[in-house]
Amino acid sequence: MDLPGTAELDALRLSLVVAGRSVAFSLLPAVGISWLLTRRRFPGRTLLDAFVHLPLVLPPVVVGYLLLVMLGTQGPIGGFLLRSFDIRLAFTTNGAALATAVMSFPLMVRSMRIALEGVDPGLEQAARTLGAGPLDRFATITLPLMLPGVLAGAVTAFAAGLGEFGAVITFVSNIPGATRTLPLALYSALQMPDGGAIAARLALLSFGLGLLGLLASEALARGLRRWLGATQPGAH
Amino acid sequence: MLDIQLKHRVGAFALDAAFTAPTPGVVALFGRSGCGKSTTVNLVAGLQRADSGRVHIDGEDWLDTARGLDVPAERRGVGHVFQDARLFPHYSVRGNLLYGARRAKNRLESSRFDDVVELLDLGSLLARRPGSLSGGEKQRVALGRALLARPRLLLLDEPLSSLDAARRDEVLPCLERLRDHCAIPMVLVSHQFEEVLRLATHVVVMDAGQVVAAGDVTQVSLTPALRAIVGSEAIGAVVDGQVVDATGGLATILIGHGDRQGRLHVPCPGAVPGLPVRVQLLARDIILATQEPRGLSVRNQLRGTIRAVLADADSDLVELDVGGATIVARVTRDATAELGLVPGREAWVLVKAVSTRGHAFPATRQAS
Repeated sequence: MDLPGTAELDALRLSLVVAGRSVAFSLLPAVGISWLLTRRRFPGRTLLDAFVHLPLVLPPVVVGYLLLVMLGTQGPIGGFLLRSFDIRLAFTTNGAALATAVMSFPLMVRSMRIALEGVDPGLEQAARTLGAGPLDRFATITLPLMLPGVLAGAVTAFAAGLGEFGAVITFVSNIPGATRTLPLALYSALQMPDGGAIAARLALLSFGLGLLGLLASEALARGLRRWLGATQPGAH
Repeated sequence: MLDIQLKHRVGAFALDAAFTAPTPGVVALFGRSGCGKSTTVNLVAGLQRADSGRVHIDGEDWLDTARGLDVPAERRGVGHVFQDARLFPHYSVRGNLLYGARRAKNRLESSRFDDVVELLDLGSLLARRPGSLSGGEKQRVALGRALLARPRLLLLDEPLSSLDAARRDEVLPCLERLRDHCAIPMVLVSHQFEEVLRLATHVVVMDAGQVVAAGDVTQVSLTPALRAIVGSEAIGAVVDGQVVDATGGLATILIGHGDRQGRLHVPCPGAVPGLPVRVQLLARDIILATQEPRGLSVRNQLRGTIRAVLADADSDLVELDVGGATIVARVTRDATAELGLVPGREAWVLVKAVSTRGHAFPATRQAS
């Protein structure tokens, strides 16, 4: 088998960029929404919960289509963004990252919620009696203690984001160098009569990347748990 | 002064707690589990919002629903020690201790930090993480953390109840030192009368969300409300006295005053002449005689006058006046009748020295 060519490396680079940006886009909103869903009772909470999880049950193509309708240059939000801020999402790398973020959002929120449910509200109360206001408590108690879940969520979302296909190809099409990520490149290779070898190399790349991601996430989680739990005496 | 009036309803449970207590001092909220003690301290701390009421401490109002005043918990200046310690697992012991201190209005002087570390014997724990501490150590760190935040009021919500007997004996002396060395008003929630006996200067007895008795421990120990809660086996008068002699393992304690003053010989660790001491004399441990007994091994023979005879379960409780102090004895109905134990009659009170124990109590001197 030949070494991967420029087009394939481009696809790899683009996959990493798209997955990375999608995590960057969704991290803060996911922390906020998981906190709202776990710690607050408000009208419409069930609806918000369902809405967040929608991408899990909708066909990705439907998500991509909805994004196109809303955020396309002719869409209500997309048109506004283009006119007011000169931000174009449809058919761009950022658009691919956004579609990926929407698709992996439920995974991220789920992981953070589990982590947040594991944080004893009693500790937040204790911090409160010690003079810590709401933001202070969140920054010094809640967030550090849910950090393993935040990181696990980010890594899972990143790994899943490397492979997002349906929503991306529907929303931002399959443009080499701009939106053609690994799975899209693989799909294109399969459309070519002699693309079998390219497809195999791309599949192998995806496989290696996925494995690396899972191992990294496991190591990270272990390190963090040690830092937070600190069962051994004398640890700082 | 601590002045608390709180009304709060959760489902079918209605809390109506109103009491005042002198400061500084230790107010014990005593009662069975679920009587509203913990809810009361949570409302005082501001961790729960009261339906209506007032919380006032030493000239400062934290809650006054009539005026629409409700200071948020983080600005009330309470030190709250929870039953389960609630140390922050991702901070070292030092980090935990400093968490509140860093947020307090006044800067922490390093000498104060050292004082608290010494008072609670935390020196060897500072670098450790809470996960590696024993239950007693955790509770001592939690106490130190609350103290270092320089609270106006220290709330101790059953700080000993999650500990085994050995750990309790490790933390109780810390609480006693705290009471005797720091002038911080404290509220202690407890369902163990032993803790109330050893720590409290004032006690509020709660039952089903209501205050059923309140006052100093000696007075309250004689109330039917307390008797109903501790159960017939644990009924007994609490007597305050003063050490006059401490030799040979037993301390001699004077109770009451005047020519009818009584002398008790009881084990009392740390007794020195002049020290105020508190003793609980369980009614079932006391024998009454109508004549001066002779040839008995019982070391404690006090002369008193019967004040009242009360029926309790299938026996009688006889209350006697010994130089102004009250002692309660449990005797059978037959004995009451045979000996002719009626109010106004003189009687001898016999107490086995080893059946009881004195608790040094410097705080009673300050309170009176």
